[in-house]
Amino acid sequence: MRKIAIYGKGGIGKSTTTQNTVAGLAEAGKKVMVVGCDPKADSTRLLLGGLAQKTVLDTLREEGEDVELDDVIKAGFGGARCVESGGPEPGVGCAGRGIITSINLLEQLGAYEPKWELDYAFYDVLGDVVCGGFAMPMREGKAQEIYIVVSGEMMAMYAANNICKGIVKFADAGGVRLGGLICNSRNCDNEKELIGALAERLGTQMIHFVPRNNVVQRAEINRQTVIEYDKADPQADEYRALAKKIDENKMFVIPKPLEMEELEAMLIKHGILN
Amino acid sequence: MLLRHTPKEIIKRSALTISPAKTCQPIGAMYAALGVHSCLPHSHGSQGCCSYHRSALTRHYKDPIMAGTSSFTEGSCVFGGQANLLQGISNIFTIYEPDIIAVHTTCLSETIGDDVNQIVQKAKDDGKVPEGKKIIHCNTPSYVGSHVTGFSNMVAGIVKGLAASTGIKTNTINIIPGWVEPSDMREIKRIAKDMGISIVLFPDTSDVVDTPQTGKFKMYPDGGVTQKEMAITGDSKATLALGSFASEAGAKQLDISFKVPFKVLDIPIGLSATDRFIESLSSVAGVKVPDSFVAERGRLVDVITDMSQYFYGKKVALFGDPDQLIPLTEFLIDLNMKPVHMVSGTPGKKFMERIEEVSGDLFKTMNVQNGAQADMFLLHQWIKNEKPDLLIGNTYGKYIARDEGIPFVRMGFPILDRIGHSYFPTVGYSGGIRILEKMLDAILDHKDATCSEIEMELVL
Repeated sequence: MRKIAIYGKGGIGKSTTTQNTVAGLAEAGKKVMVVGCDPKADSTRLLLGGLAQKTVLDTLREEGEDVELDDVIKAGFGGARCVESGGPEPGVGCAGRGIITSINLLEQLGAYEPKWELDYAFYDVLGDVVCGGFAMPMREGKAQEIYIVVSGEMMAMYAANNICKGIVKFADAGGVRLGGLICNSRNCDNEKELIGALAERLGTQMIHFVPRNNVVQRAEINRQTVIEYDKADPQADEYRALAKKIDENKMFVIPKPLEMEELEAMLIKHGILN
Repeated sequence: MLLRHTPKEIIKRSALTISPAKTCQPIGAMYAALGVHSCLPHSHGSQGCCSYHRSALTRHYKDPIMAGTSSFTEGSCVFGGQANLLQGISNIFTIYEPDIIAVHTTCLSETIGDDVNQIVQKAKDDGKVPEGKKIIHCNTPSYVGSHVTGFSNMVAGIVKGLAASTGIKTNTINIIPGWVEPSDMREIKRIAKDMGISIVLFPDTSDVVDTPQTGKFKMYPDGGVTQKEMAITGDSKATLALGSFASEAGAKQLDISFKVPFKVLDIPIGLSATDRFIESLSSVAGVKVPDSFVAERGRLVDVITDMSQYFYGKKVALFGDPDQLIPLTEFLIDLNMKPVHMVSGTPGKKFMERIEEVSGDLFKTMNVQNGAQADMFLLHQWIKNEKPDLLIGNTYGKYIARDEGIPFVRMGFPILDRIGHSYFPTVGYSGGIRILEKMLDAILDHKDATCSEIEMELVL
């Protein structure tokens, strides 16, 4: 089983990209589990056809220690096993601790055991690596591969660079590696070149360039992945391509994060000023 | 040798603390809250914090220390502790019926960012606080300051939650005694009474943690400052804060809220600090010092002169809390003793400034450090390099005293293996005599036990 964590700036399209990619893998016959690590609990909405999921932490709160795997895992599109960590309401408690609790509980309950014959486990993590809890999926024995969703916007690249700093820290102690950048296009100027250059400088690859396409939004409104919503749409092929590239990926590196000035210089060279 | 791994050679450390000369903030907050009548301290965090703080206080005072806890589980840590605290407040007022709950936080509830003020407000809005009952609170993250900081924070919390003003000024003086023993608080009240001065002493743990055995259990003993007394502290003429580390914050809060002027003094330990306390009390209240105090003082001076040969030049190592160490150092120097090594785990630049002030020329010959790396390990290393004739501090000093063969006087918090501190004051003139007695006993017992047979004398 390959364990993969998806990181990226808030609102960049991590959950959308993850679920569409998972749909691609599931369609290709892979057995996948998705663990949503976002207190909003919307990481599996498209695979499940709505926010139907009872979160691990809600279950823990209501049932106490007596949680069973069936209480928290639901089968979604293509048989994908879907879990939401959940977390506190905005402004209270500790969402980071929630992720730690939730992942530990899933392990205790045997969600990763060989009997499920999983090919992939995906962690879809909220935003930046702001504290130890959000870095939980990077710890030793958790995800071995990280993909960062990014666009040509300055702050998205800045966040990606920050996440790389987190990976470096954990790569020294454990086995976590960066598998590549996924460019989720915002139609910025020279976006493909810019992210390509960023990937190269970080020592990784832009594994796929996902073009902007409104069919993604239409599918989302219908609570579906693009592959389920319209499997003939060219955008569905983009996600299939991304899924295939991840499946065949052999390039796993410890990234070399940039200084802020260097990042700005790169944007000036490749980006908006050209 | 119990501490055989402590090397003589001192290497400058940047991070490590070994055997810290301090403990957690909430212990101080809990102790301060016990100085309020019919008040149940409540620890907002996991059960282990509360257990430790209760047991540390129980071991020191040999009286049962009661406190509630929010009993955080994994779930409360993730979702916040509001539900637990609200339920706790409700249970406490229904089952244990105190007049006041004093909530303090813990590292866990601080780190996840629980807003106790908002939760307490919600408890009131939800009708969980019965008529006439109060909740006071303060923040006590233990990764800041020390147990002294926690005490100070709760004292300020007591003022914020309970102090009030009727608008009519009185001649009463507020006294914040600092973190001292119930015996000391009793003695301060006795001094004020003998001087004919009306005071409100808070917190006041006398008759709370030194209760008599009557055969009947009282969940809330007779002692402690009452709500009624606290409600007139805003009318008082002035506040005397004894010890800046533990008491200044509370005094300042009274000034901010009700414009009660305050004066920060040292805890009246020893001759000079007691002189200043008596003089300040007399001048602030506008009363003459009664003759009985001249006699009391005279007795202390008499003991000092009678026994001066045994104190002169004796080197002393001491550790503990800043508010105690400052006047104690001054007292030792008054006795012509030589403080040589001193550590306090409580951070604050003011400590060093005040020690320098009271030590004068001696300061440059002394090893003094406070804050994180000022630990028992460092003190022991200093002692290995220059052996003192006497060690003064809490029970944790007994290992060093035994290994190095140094007479040891227990003073400060915690004292886990001896009694007396709750019952016999070390403040005031008579408290000074007690300190002298304890030091002499230690020094002379050591001499009698270790001197050669020829040197053994019946009369000293």
